[in-house]
Amino acid sequence: MTDFSRIDAVLAHHDRNGTRLVQILREVQEQLGWLSPATLSYIAEGVGWPRAQVSGTAAFYSFFHTRQRGKYCVLWSDNITDRMLGNTDLMDAMCKKLWLEPGRVSEDGLVSVNTTSCTGMCDQGPALLVNYRAVTGMTLQRVDEMAELIRTEVPIAEWPAEWFAVQDNVRRTEILLAGNFAPGSALRAAHERAEVDGLSSSNNRSFRESLPHGIAGPMAMLDEIQRSKLRGRGGAGFSTRFKWEACRNAPLRADQERIVVCNADEGEPGTFKDRVLLTSYADLVFEGMTVAAYAVGATRGFLYLRGEYRYLLEPLEAVLARRRAAGLLGKSILDIPGARFDIEIHLGAGAYVCGEESALIESLEGKPGRPRVRPPFPVTNGYLDQPTIVNNVETFASAALVALHGGDWFAAIGTKQSTGTKILSVSGDVARPGIYEYPYGVTVRQVLADCGATDTLAVQISGPSGMCLAEDEFDRRIAFEDVPTAGAFMVFNTSRDMFEVARNFSHFFAHESCGFCTPCRVGTTLVRNIMDKIANRHGSPYDINELFKLHRLMQGASHCGLGNTACNPVFDTLNKFRPAYETRLMSLDYEPAFDLDAALSEARQMTGRDDAGAHFAAHSPDEANA
Amino acid sequence: MNAPAPAVKKLRVATTSLAGCFGCHMSFLDIDERIIPLLDLIEFDRSPLTDIKHCGPCDLGIIEGGLCNAENVHVLREFRKNCKFLVAMGACAINGGLPAQRNHLDLRDVLEEVYQTDVGLSHGGIPNDPELPLPLNEVHPIHEVVKIDYFLPGCPPPADAIWKLLTDLLAGRTPTLGHGLMHYD
Amino acid sequence: MNETNTFLLDGEEIPFTPGQTIIQAATAHGVYIPHLCWHPEFKAHGSCKICTVKVNGRFGSSCTMAAQAGMNVENRSTELDDKRRTLLQMYFVEGNHFCPSCEKSGNCSLQATAYELKMVSPHFDMFYPDRPVDASHPDILLDFNRCIMCSLCVTASREVDGKNVFSMGGRGLLGRRIHISSESGKLADTDFALTDRAASICPVGVILPKRKGFAVPIGERKYDKLPINLQVTEETQ
Ligand SMILES: Cc1cc2nc3c(=O)[nH]c(=O)nc-3n(C[C@H](O)[C@H](O)[C@H](O)COP(=O)(O)O)c2cc1C
Ligand code: SF4
Ligand code: SF4
Ligand code: SF4
Ligand code: FES
Ligand code: FES
Repeated sequence: MTDFSRIDAVLAHHDRNGTRLVQILREVQEQLGWLSPATLSYIAEGVGWPRAQVSGTAAFYSFFHTRQRGKYCVLWSDNITDRMLGNTDLMDAMCKKLWLEPGRVSEDGLVSVNTTSCTGMCDQGPALLVNYRAVTGMTLQRVDEMAELIRTEVPIAEWPAEWFAVQDNVRRTEILLAGNFAPGSALRAAHERAEVDGLSSSNNRSFRESLPHGIAGPMAMLDEIQRSKLRGRGGAGFSTRFKWEACRNAPLRADQERIVVCNADEGEPGTFKDRVLLTSYADLVFEGMTVAAYAVGATRGFLYLRGEYRYLLEPLEAVLARRRAAGLLGKSILDIPGARFDIEIHLGAGAYVCGEESALIESLEGKPGRPRVRPPFPVTNGYLDQPTIVNNVETFASAALVALHGGDWFAAIGTKQSTGTKILSVSGDVARPGIYEYPYGVTVRQVLADCGATDTLAVQISGPSGMCLAEDEFDRRIAFEDVPTAGAFMVFNTSRDMFEVARNFSHFFAHESCGFCTPCRVGTTLVRNIMDKIANRHGSPYDINELFKLHRLMQGASHCGLGNTACNPVFDTLNKFRPAYETRLMSLDYEPAFDLDAALSEARQMTGRDDAGAHFAAHSPDEANA
Repeated sequence: MNAPAPAVKKLRVATTSLAGCFGCHMSFLDIDERIIPLLDLIEFDRSPLTDIKHCGPCDLGIIEGGLCNAENVHVLREFRKNCKFLVAMGACAINGGLPAQRNHLDLRDVLEEVYQTDVGLSHGGIPNDPELPLPLNEVHPIHEVVKIDYFLPGCPPPADAIWKLLTDLLAGRTPTLGHGLMHYD
Repeated sequence: MNETNTFLLDGEEIPFTPGQTIIQAATAHGVYIPHLCWHPEFKAHGSCKICTVKVNGRFGSSCTMAAQAGMNVENRSTELDDKRRTLLQMYFVEGNHFCPSCEKSGNCSLQATAYELKMVSPHFDMFYPDRPVDASHPDILLDFNRCIMCSLCVTASREVDGKNVFSMGGRGLLGRRIHISSESGKLADTDFALTDRAASICPVGVILPKRKGFAVPIGERKYDKLPINLQVTEETQ
């Protein structure tokens, strides 16, 4: 029986507002375990949205269950770094202990075990989620203990607390991670920077316009951002000043407001620096958002937090509450009547594509995270069609420091085109995985030395969608003008097989493609299948050509960055580690993707035959030759 | 310059029907009287039109139907081994066609249904005579198993399309099909 | 019309009115740009990517890109047609398209576009997905084996019929599909009607009227008569 009163409570909490559907679905699922057809109908009616739209949205997000799930739902993070730490064997062991097949709910409805995309714990894997709570550092012993707790149905709240401990592992600090930031100091500095120009506006519509200093303050703030030459830390490296100014200048219609969104989706495998910023430096991030609101004249803010970081929700809410109490958020910031800006946290639900800024906005609006057609861009037509800036967590943290110390101070750090610092998430074959902050311009080799990497074969920078560097490129620099990165730095030593690395990434993209556009929806699966074909020793040079062809198509024709970059790891490893592919090829001639002999298995089973005619002879090169 | 013209070497052609309905071969015969001049230019090896049981070295192999059982695969491989070019003729060869509609069923269920549950045929159980080819778990189009050089869509392809393909190949042109000759039904 | 409002499409000068997309301007001028998810009556969806052109050397979707004076657009080049053919092959392997048994055959945009782009085989390995057929409705059959996810039915039902019978939901190759607005997921449990615009919008053989199958004899069907590239102006009427 569906418990409608609990759904009602959630609906009421969200004012029965359909644009909050993703949050409603998550909260209802946290209450009821899953989203049954009746639940979805009830929610659809409650928010007044077409039922198909509600079920279609629920089906989009990996973390929503539209079929009954086990009481315990275990999801092993399946990034290549988890693989390197042995997650496959551990998961097999867990399945054996629980008498389970991966992906299936046990017959008694108790438990299911499956994989999920990287959960952002690469420096402390193998990691997993149990009922969407993050667990790190899995070992065989923990597998045994966990299986026992599941079998005896011990509530997760009573499980050993140390399993859920997440370390920051901060290894190298510069300005951002120095940890000496005083909440409010950046806002005050920004506020005090402007001369009084008498332009104080009277209608108090926004923080910016209601300040006694009028718009001189926000202008001065934008000037500092310009002087700082700050560029986005989320990957694309777009000029922050340009984005903020476009949003500030975008016309507002009646009942509209400007919106600041912090992108904490951090879905790129191998990236976990935003997690650390939000764990231990949340004030810096929220202050950066408030500075942005000041500069662009925004009154409403969102933090879009990936579902994998659900455990951060309560601590972050506490920080927000503290900031409200301290007059750093709310209706009269810095005691200025009418200076208002507040931040609300929305959780994602297992969809990498929601890190793409327009997909993120769709998700904030309660819809599937499908990247929008652009133009128009979010800065003019973003959240509910209002002017919106979307920036990465680290961009906001940097902006706070620009407000505090000024643009010139910031621009003096790093290189000419890449000012400031970059936080790297280092994982893989290194002695000291964790978080490293460097001024831009540091060489890959320097990072490798600092983190204790030896015998390094390759470094995957900026995650699967980034680039794979081989030894002869280790003197290249982390900078927008050379090796740009969103932060991931995955290290592979000479014992690793770069084909398997690329294959893992091809599975990631096939799983995460939103399915909107044809080249990516079908292409990512074709690439994955070809990689599996080569792995299963059915490949030929024909398949390598197919990979190149798909790369050329998907790179140009895909709708968003996911499809455009999905073949990067395959392309890079094909060029730089070709033998890893070639040693696997079975023949120079075309080969089927499947095992012909195995294709007779069902008939053999049904007829009980095992004579020579019931098999295909092992592959004879003679036969395959044209 | 006065040397006698060398005798034109005929194009040696083999054809077969795998998991197909012979519709494509019937359509082939629909080229009607054009078969006469054609026979000046080609000669048949293994084909339902001849009695040759195994394919010898050929220029061209034309294949109707997809792969439904082990025998189909053996024949296809024999063709690939012996023919310089292979043509997939018809919908079934190209995408599995009607026989592939069984692919969303489990073969074991199909066999059980047909030979054990169905009242009419249930006597005797599932045949296990070693002379019989075993069915594949799934029906496959032929390009999934060997390299195919040319495709001739249609169910069946019109006689004119078959004629166009053959005359193109004989003339050394890459075969093309214009409006009216190219259709999938 | 301002005389500077023209752009080059494969070397031919195409006039446009500001606000028009490349494909709208081309279509109004009778020039064919291959496309599947775009329909002149509706706002572009931008998902099939068959309409991909090269604008000043860069790839873009001609159904969503605004025409701009002086732009140089490449349309029917070998490179672009090769890409389009590969995209079509993707459709043919991801769904189940057995044209001989499809009522839409001869009137189908996917099929006609594939003819135009000389697609002779699906090229890739077939996926043979398991997709449902919904015969619950008295007048309409839904066969999702042929869905190309253009969302035209979603838009038509929402914008013309005011009903929201369909929604495109789920994620990725296996998940993405049309959702139907009823708890059972069945069309019969919605207010869908044969007279809805959404009932006749589907460019392929998914949304089919019952008892009307194969009404037009072979040879007389829409694309038997003329190939799709010669029916450009007709479509905008
Ligand atoms: C598939 C995809 C995933 C993305 N994921 C993220 C992400 O997790 N975090 C992020 O900050 N940016 C991500 N981006 C980039 C955003 O679209 C956007 O450019 C960024 O948030 C802008 O912030 P910035 O200017 O501060 O870098 C992603 C882009 C794509 C195409
Ligand atoms: S490229 Fe991939 S993720 Fe992006 S819109 Fe297309 S299908 Fe979706
Ligand atoms: S929808 Fe079009 S392409 Fe698909 S089977 Fe029907 S006629 Fe063929
Ligand atoms: S059912 Fe038809 S109209 Fe609707 S999305 Fe599928 S192909 Fe498009
Ligand atoms: S056998 Fe010729 S079309 Fe099927
Ligand atoms: S017609 Fe432009 S993307 Fe489909």
